Amino acid sequence: MHLDATIATFLIQDGLTNGAVYALLGLAIVLVFSVTRVIFIPQGEFVAYGALTLATLDAGNVPGTPKLLLCFGVAAFLLDLWSWRRDLKVDALARNFALNLGLPLLIYGAVLYLAPLQLPSVIRALMTVLIIAPMGLYVYRIAYRPLADASVLVLLITSVGVHLAMLGLGLIFFGPEGLRATPLHDGSFTMGPLLVTAQSVLIYLTTILIMVALYFFFEKTLLGKALRATAVNRLGARLVGVRTQLTGVTAFVLAATIAAVSGVLMGPITTIYYDTGFLIGLKGFVAAILGGMGSFPVTAIAAIGVGMVESFASFFASNYKEIIVFGLIVPVLIWLSIDAVHHEEE
Amino acid sequence: MIANKHLMPGIAAIVVLAVLPLLPVPPFWITLANNVGLASLVAIGLVLLTGVGGLTSFGQAAFCGFGAYTTAVLTTAHGFSPWMTLPVSLLIGAAVAVPLGLMTVRLSGHYLPLGTIAWGLAIYYLFGRIEMLGRYDGITGIPPLNIAGYPLLSGQSIFYVIWIFVILTAIGAQNLLNSRIGRGIRALRGGGQAAEAFGVNIERAKLIVFIFAAIVAALSGWLYAHMQRSVNSTPFGLNMGIEYMLMAVVGGSGYIWGAIFGSAFVLIVKEILQRVMPELVGSGINVEMVVFGILLVAILQLARNGLWPMVARLMPAKSQRSIPTSVRKLAKRTLAPPGSPLIKVDRARKAFGGLVAVSDVSFEVKAGQIVGLIGPNGAGKSTTFNLITGIASLTSGSVSYQGQPLTGNSPREIAKHGIARTFQHAKILPDMSVLENVALGAHLRGSAGVFRSFLRLDREEEATLLAEAAYQLDRVGLSQYRDRPAGDLALGQIRILEIARALAADPTILLLDEPAAGLRHGEKQELATLLNKLRQEGVSVLLVEHDMGFVMGLVDHLVVLDFGTLIAEGRPADVRRHPAVVAAYLGGVA
Repeated sequence: MHLDATIATFLIQDGLTNGAVYALLGLAIVLVFSVTRVIFIPQGEFVAYGALTLATLDAGNVPGTPKLLLCFGVAAFLLDLWSWRRDLKVDALARNFALNLGLPLLIYGAVLYLAPLQLPSVIRALMTVLIIAPMGLYVYRIAYRPLADASVLVLLITSVGVHLAMLGLGLIFFGPEGLRATPLHDGSFTMGPLLVTAQSVLIYLTTILIMVALYFFFEKTLLGKALRATAVNRLGARLVGVRTQLTGVTAFVLAATIAAVSGVLMGPITTIYYDTGFLIGLKGFVAAILGGMGSFPVTAIAAIGVGMVESFASFFASNYKEIIVFGLIVPVLIWLSIDAVHHEEE
Repeated sequence: MIANKHLMPGIAAIVVLAVLPLLPVPPFWITLANNVGLASLVAIGLVLLTGVGGLTSFGQAAFCGFGAYTTAVLTTAHGFSPWMTLPVSLLIGAAVAVPLGLMTVRLSGHYLPLGTIAWGLAIYYLFGRIEMLGRYDGITGIPPLNIAGYPLLSGQSIFYVIWIFVILTAIGAQNLLNSRIGRGIRALRGGGQAAEAFGVNIERAKLIVFIFAAIVAALSGWLYAHMQRSVNSTPFGLNMGIEYMLMAVVGGSGYIWGAIFGSAFVLIVKEILQRVMPELVGSGINVEMVVFGILLVAILQLARNGLWPMVARLMPAKSQRSIPTSVRKLAKRTLAPPGSPLIKVDRARKAFGGLVAVSDVSFEVKAGQIVGLIGPNGAGKSTTFNLITGIASLTSGSVSYQGQPLTGNSPREIAKHGIARTFQHAKILPDMSVLENVALGAHLRGSAGVFRSFLRLDREEEATLLAEAAYQLDRVGLSQYRDRPAGDLALGQIRILEIARALAADPTILLLDEPAAGLRHGEKQELATLLNKLRQEGVSVLLVEHDMGFVMGLVDHLVVLDFGTLIAEGRPADVRRHPAVVAAYLGGVA
């Protein structure tokens, strides 16, 4: 089979669709890294959780994730209690109780009630995001907050630990079988020779929407500016009164939300297994690295590029698809480190 | 016997290892011990690479793959005997490590681990796709190792081979760390600039640990192939790469014996989880990943240095190391005749964008002189200093040493001339002993390489280097702190330690960046006495200093900078009355 115009346009569309999702993930990685210096490897697990939760909801069943959310909440609650063991304040305890136990219980109850009702697909998608997003909060509290002052490398190894734990939890809560969600809209239309599915249009629109929303968040809101300030200079931000713990939590919740949305978008176009998220997330990484872990626009463009390379590689050398995508990153990394300012690492 | 008490736990461990296969233990114990041995090899490599060298790699499993596949192909398809493939496997591991290392060690900061994840994944997928390597099915029917015609088929028999390799590797790695090369490697994390200033080739040191880690991983893969008698790509993926990192971190990634402890800990916990958990939570559910993930995070939160330091505390303390007395003396440089020009700075200029930090400054340091470089804050003293030491590059002009231009030379090349320096913000290696910090200064006076160090053939030279370091410590009056970690010293003592380190390089000229800062009055007087003594011996000194009292009584010649330009130079008494100097220091009309 050789490449003709029809196949090429099909490959381009495929690459664009995947690239759009990688762009979202890349953005979340850049966001988390610049604010907290955490390289957010468990992002892929949030994607898988999102897709698998949606697929389970589609089948009218109660997914495992609300229960998992509750477990995370309990862990965060206990850790907070432990850290306050010397100096317990009633109002802080009440807030802790509401945030770490009340919120997940509420979500769990709502899902138990709503799941069997066969609600419209948009509601199911919203429920999914609502279940996954608070996980960012608890994961930050449990794993990263105690290490907020650690080096990038320690935080990276922590991320690998969180990735392992969440991957294992994914297997426990969803099992080894892959699931595929139903598209939010299963229509399609032709545009010239091209068959465009509603789902892919939805992916493009959502990606653009989230990018615009992020732009306004960072440019126009005080919290957004606080996040940017933390990203530029953590200590300086603290000195002028920015609560860096709050900005850290915000970055993680935003990242978990974006990952859940990516899962919802990705779920209907490919079968997702508990461990699929990692590879999808890593491609977001390739894009984020190409963007120097700092630039949102370059990351987005690079993500589309990654999607394209992957799409064409799967046509020309499908066996070597992953090798090409991950092999490509090495020369880029070298170029970036030669360019980067060298400083002594402590 | 008492002096060797600290060896007891090691001897006990060897005895346990030696008799373990002979005891009536369940066979899976032996299998487990074999796997611990194989993982320990990789983890020892990671200790050197990550724990000591600061280069984080998640891609070590790929090197195991190269070792395993090399012997698998050669023995099954080409009829090689297993022992013959050992050097080939290690060579292939090293050969792959050279280009990957050249690429990877250039990666700075967090790009490095991400880079290793990327090539680790790419190589893993490659193993599973290549026809010659049997694609996903891998290669079966690999012959067992044999000794004197007797094939090592059982777990018990290969057990000894594996553990002999582990123990030899661990001892060799320990030797390597306690050597001239090892001090360079230990300087990689946080002390690169200081090490470079004493002639350590940092890039090369990084490459050495990278290749070392690759070779021991390939060794592990080679042993694995002959133990398992078949290979496929599964154990060489990123997951195993992460698990090896987990072992190194659990053990405490700075400790060689911690690598073995960490491997044993992780694999035993895994075995227990696989046996116990199905009964607790039902079969078919794999919780080990969850437990490992949580374990990794918990260890980083609670014990960032791993578990080994806690174990080591239970062991008998190591007896004080006696300084080896050496018959051989290190060769000394011949000093230039007093009064001959040593360092010549000629119209040196440094501009940062539009800001000219140093503007066409010229001066000279003659042999046997102490020259002071002074000026108010922001005068360009430190920049001038950095231009001479090669840290900053000249925009125009030149710096020469005994007529040879230094312009464009790296700090490492400048060190070879016998130019030794201290740092304004002291750069010592806090975890290394005071003695070893000083010995780092004598780096260029030794020549032992990796192999001699690994095999402990460098002892005579090492003894001379340490004796020299001890002599210099004695000279500056720090010998009582010899075996303490350098991080324990007070700031003033650290400055003196830096001078001892510079002296260990047998310098013709010492460049001291604010040596008296942070010193008490008495210490300053001692420092002045020491510098005077060095001048009598013919060593020249160029110092940047703020303390006028200290400078005025000591130096032969003063150079005064203000706003990047030289405003006066000459004998201290003359310079002191120079109107431009008075204006610069006290303000007022020039």
